[in-house]
Amino acid sequence: MITFKMDRRKLKVDEEVSILEAARDAGVYIPTLCHHPALEPTGACRLCIVELERNGRKSHVASCVTPVEEGIVVRTDTPAVRDIRRTLLDLLIARCPDVGILRKLAEPLGIKESAFSPENEICFLCGICVRACREIVGVEAIGFAQRGIESRVLPPFERPSSRCIGCGTCTTVCPARTFDLAKVDAVVALHGEGEDNRVRRCIVCEEHYS
Amino acid sequence: MRRVSDIADLEKAREEILRGRDPDAPMVAVCCGTGCVACGGVKVVDAFREELESRGLSSKVTLLATGCHGFCERGPLVVVRPAGILYQQTKPSDVAEIIETSIEGDGIVERLLYVDLSTGERIQREEDVPFYRHQKRLVLDRNGIIDPTSIDDYVATGGYASLAKALGSMTPDGVVGEVKKSGLRGRGGAGFPTGLKWELCRKSPGETRYLICNADEGDPGAYMDRSILEGNPHSVLEGMLIGGYALGAREGFIYVREEYPLAVSHFSKALTAAEEAGLLGEDILGTDFSFSVTISRGAGAFVCGEETALMASIEGREGRPRPRPPYPAESGLWGCPTNINNVETWANVPRIVEKGGKWYASLGTDQSKGTKIFSLVGKVVNTGLIEVPMGMSLRDIVFKIGGGVPGGKAFKAVQSGGPSGGCIPESLIDLPVDFEALAEAGAIMGSGGLIVMDEDTCMVDVARYFVNFLQEESCGKCTPCREGIKRMGEILTDIVEARGKAGDIERLEQLAYVIREASLCGLGKTAPNPVLTTIRYFRDEYESHVLHKRCPAKVCKAMIVYRVVADRCTGCQRCVKACPVDAISGPRSQPHNVDLEKCIKCGACYEVCKFDAIAGDAIYIE
Ligand SMILES: Cc1cc2nc3c(=O)[nH]c(=O)nc-3n(C[C@H](O)[C@H](O)[C@H](O)COP(=O)(O)O)c2cc1C
Ligand code: SF4
Ligand code: SF4
Ligand code: SF4
Ligand code: FES
Ligand code: FES
Repeated sequence: MITFKMDRRKLKVDEEVSILEAARDAGVYIPTLCHHPALEPTGACRLCIVELERNGRKSHVASCVTPVEEGIVVRTDTPAVRDIRRTLLDLLIARCPDVGILRKLAEPLGIKESAFSPENEICFLCGICVRACREIVGVEAIGFAQRGIESRVLPPFERPSSRCIGCGTCTTVCPARTFDLAKVDAVVALHGEGEDNRVRRCIVCEEHYS
Repeated sequence: MRRVSDIADLEKAREEILRGRDPDAPMVAVCCGTGCVACGGVKVVDAFREELESRGLSSKVTLLATGCHGFCERGPLVVVRPAGILYQQTKPSDVAEIIETSIEGDGIVERLLYVDLSTGERIQREEDVPFYRHQKRLVLDRNGIIDPTSIDDYVATGGYASLAKALGSMTPDGVVGEVKKSGLRGRGGAGFPTGLKWELCRKSPGETRYLICNADEGDPGAYMDRSILEGNPHSVLEGMLIGGYALGAREGFIYVREEYPLAVSHFSKALTAAEEAGLLGEDILGTDFSFSVTISRGAGAFVCGEETALMASIEGREGRPRPRPPYPAESGLWGCPTNINNVETWANVPRIVEKGGKWYASLGTDQSKGTKIFSLVGKVVNTGLIEVPMGMSLRDIVFKIGGGVPGGKAFKAVQSGGPSGGCIPESLIDLPVDFEALAEAGAIMGSGGLIVMDEDTCMVDVARYFVNFLQEESCGKCTPCREGIKRMGEILTDIVEARGKAGDIERLEQLAYVIREASLCGLGKTAPNPVLTTIRYFRDEYESHVLHKRCPAKVCKAMIVYRVVADRCTGCQRCVKACPVDAISGPRSQPHNVDLEKCIKCGACYEVCKFDAIAGDAIYIE
């Protein structure tokens, strides 16, 4: 067992537990975007940032990928933490102005419109679909293509993936879901524009599309 | 070299090599590093070979094709020993004269000597050239004196003696202890204490351990790792072998940038030669220590130099960083404890074992020991690769070694640490260059890039340039780095294109803070440095751009207005012809006019106007 402090509370948790998991068990709110309880954490969105004090030294860490340690002090809601989260959401909303989950996360931080010029993306690259396809479905039909601001979730070599079994898992887990699974075209949001990336009939159940 | 059977046999083999050599024989060393090859180094070697042959001197004169000497700008370089005469910018047509004068005779070919611009003096000996005189070379010391593809040359100059010493008379813990004592810190950027890293890896539980040599060297303009691998590959291999023994690893990887074919070729030759000599592979030097090295070619992205991305790339996955912990020392390649060090770090290891940690720790400053290789480039008279003790002042580097700023211009700043480094202003020129002092100034050591800037440099434009580079190189995984750097780039572009708004500087500072605090890997964490340091030291330049739409260095085209100063213009019409868009008009012999609507601000008129030489500037820049 590991004992540490979170926002003035003393917590006792198992080893190998992340700060985020410990917070959730204790009912402490930390916003997340790329975290999914069934998937390996990846530390991509950085919304779950908290202040970590270790041996008197303070730093900001992503709580979903930082394990708890004996004697640490975690602060989940300092002005700096809120400030960082606000800027991150500001950046994400500018990228994806119409994505509901971002709006919902931004609300308590008082962001209505982004300070940056808006773009028109739906995917905010949390990688949940990629990890679900790899870790749950076990087929690795999609991954990240290109780098930096050009990053996209695409099938390997940007071609229709022969590996995809059409299970629809990726679309189900996508937190950006602004679409209805029954509407085939909506999945373009996931795999990008273009004929090549169209969804296909599921070869397992013959019903759903991905 | 013949196969060496045991530790004592190495010294015998060395003596055999030396016995076959005449230490007083004349020797010609021609630099065949990438820089000198680009300006004809190989042709010069060929010319020497033919010329020596035709004069019947082949057996009497040793001809060496060496790795980079550092002074690439003056290449191809030729050094004639034992006198140590340096000839620079040589051509095949100079070869006969060099042989006649300095090998057959004992004269000097004056016209090929280096001329010290400040004194006008011609300098004969390599070691007297200011560029070399103020350096201290521990790692690059053999670059000019051995053939990098010859294991004999390396062994003849004491190579692999440190490996023999470690295997023969030191315990693995003893080696780790010596590296700890030396105070060596990683040369790949972050400066993590090497001994401590080794100890953490050694103590990590696990049967299999791996070593990695990071030769990804993605910083544009940096080429120290390339030069070490090209010029003295065995020193890196010997460092890795000693590391393998100390850490209980049997397998190492070297991850080399795709664009370094010569480095790869020299290193693979070194692997073959070492294996044949019994210095690599099974039961090295007759002991039960075995070690092998695999060359892994880089994927070409800057971020692949980051250790976790690099390991993913070696394993055949996407080269994207992952969060740490776990650190490579606990869980690296294929989940096994892994120790990763930079090329230069590895190359320092044989020296430390040879002369002891205490000796090494006597060089440098309190917290930064030994020497560091820098690539000195930009607005400086002598550009090239230099190795100096840690703690040498920026002033000495720029003015004593670099020879100052050319063209009578004023020194303005040095950008230290590559694209995510920081700009250090003139007021801090006496800064001792070590890890602590650079960090305090807001810069980093990085891999050792030093770019000198003169008064004609716009610091906002510099920040924009580096931010653009980093935006392209961000892997795109995490929000602050991917989205934040892009937005910093947008604001900076607005500022240099005269669209800056009040509050932009503060917005940059806010973004910089979030990117630094929240990014996943070192790329994002350091990406704000160029912005933060230029704001910190040159805020007035930012304000001038944002508030007054003026670029004090006259670099940002959008803020320059070209117009004719009537009382200086003679109406010669040169500018009329030069203007690509016909924006200038006026009858001959009468002052001309610039049509500001048409002007695309290319600056051609300003360049061609003859009367700026006589009467200042006929075409006036506002
Ligand atoms: C974006 C990025 C790029 C890097 N590129 C390199 C590189 O090209 N070469 C290198 O040795 N280290 C590079 N590093 C540092 C490595 O992650 C690692 O710290 C280093 O190889 C460790 O070796 P050292 O302790 O000997 O310095 C880079 C780090 C980051 C964040
Ligand atoms: S539908 Fe295809 S891409 Fe999506 S999770 Fe299933 S197999 Fe992977
Ligand atoms: S498609 Fe959805 S799940 Fe996949 S990375 Fe984008 S936002 Fe995340
Ligand atoms: S900081 Fe940049 S380079 Fe590093 S993981 Fe994040 S996006 Fe990728
Ligand atoms: S939830 Fe932790 S980084 Fe996304
Ligand atoms: S390549 Fe010849 S001096 Fe650098």
